[in-house]
Amino acid sequence: MNFDKDLDARGLNCPLPILRAKKTLNELTTGQVLKILATDPGSVKDFSAFAKQTGNELLTSSEAGGEYTFFIKKK
Amino acid sequence: MEEKKLAIIATKGTLDWAYPPYVLASTAAALGYEVQVFFTFYGLQLVLKDLSGLKISPIGNPGMPMKMPFGPTWFRGINWNIPNAIQCLIPGYESLATSLMKQTIANNGVASIQELRKLCQEAEVKFIACQMTVELFGFSHSDFIDGMEFGGAATFFEFAGESDVCLYI
Repeated sequence: MNFDKDLDARGLNCPLPILRAKKTLNELTTGQVLKILATDPGSVKDFSAFAKQTGNELLTSSEAGGEYTFFIKKK
Repeated sequence: MEEKKLAIIATKGTLDWAYPPYVLASTAAALGYEVQVFFTFYGLQLVLKDLSGLKISPIGNPGMPMKMPFGPTWFRGINWNIPNAIQCLIPGYESLATSLMKQTIANNGVASIQELRKLCQEAEVKFIACQMTVELFGFSHSDFIDGMEFGGAATFFEFAGESDVCLYI
């Protein structure tokens, strides 16, 4: 999937992946896509909750080998 | 949609209890909440310029496992269940427990209190210190980080009364 910016949040624990993602989204413009890599197993539910509450769209959420990848489209 | 509001009262001044108010305040701000934290009694420790006084103690805290943040996995898994009566007699026990906890925090990719506090400030979380307890404990305004406001219970209710979520920590 195409993305405009990526964020490596691997090794970080709650709430840092969300806080870093929010900060990075601030640098993007509407419609741009942020790719996030994380290792916190809690981040799966957290990014879904973040998207629901902020209106930014969670395009995909996937897991491979203990790493989670999220694509979020800025509102 | 009108901005949601979170009001927190932070009353505890140990390293472990510094986390809930700062984690929740910073996260709520990231979710678009307007946030105010009212620091009172021992919670004032969390907004001092110097955070080196934040300690954690296993003494009188049966819920806290004492595990080592280094060594092989089997060693890290041991819970050093030392009776309180003995812990009390070892000089520097709290400082030791605090430095082990800080190492554990770093090992787990958990943010430091300094970092979370800074993130709260960047997200425009409003910090209010309880003037009554500031005086009670002999602090002066210059002991606290920049941007603090000082007020009393009525100041807290002005915001808390309009809040969607209100927490006492």
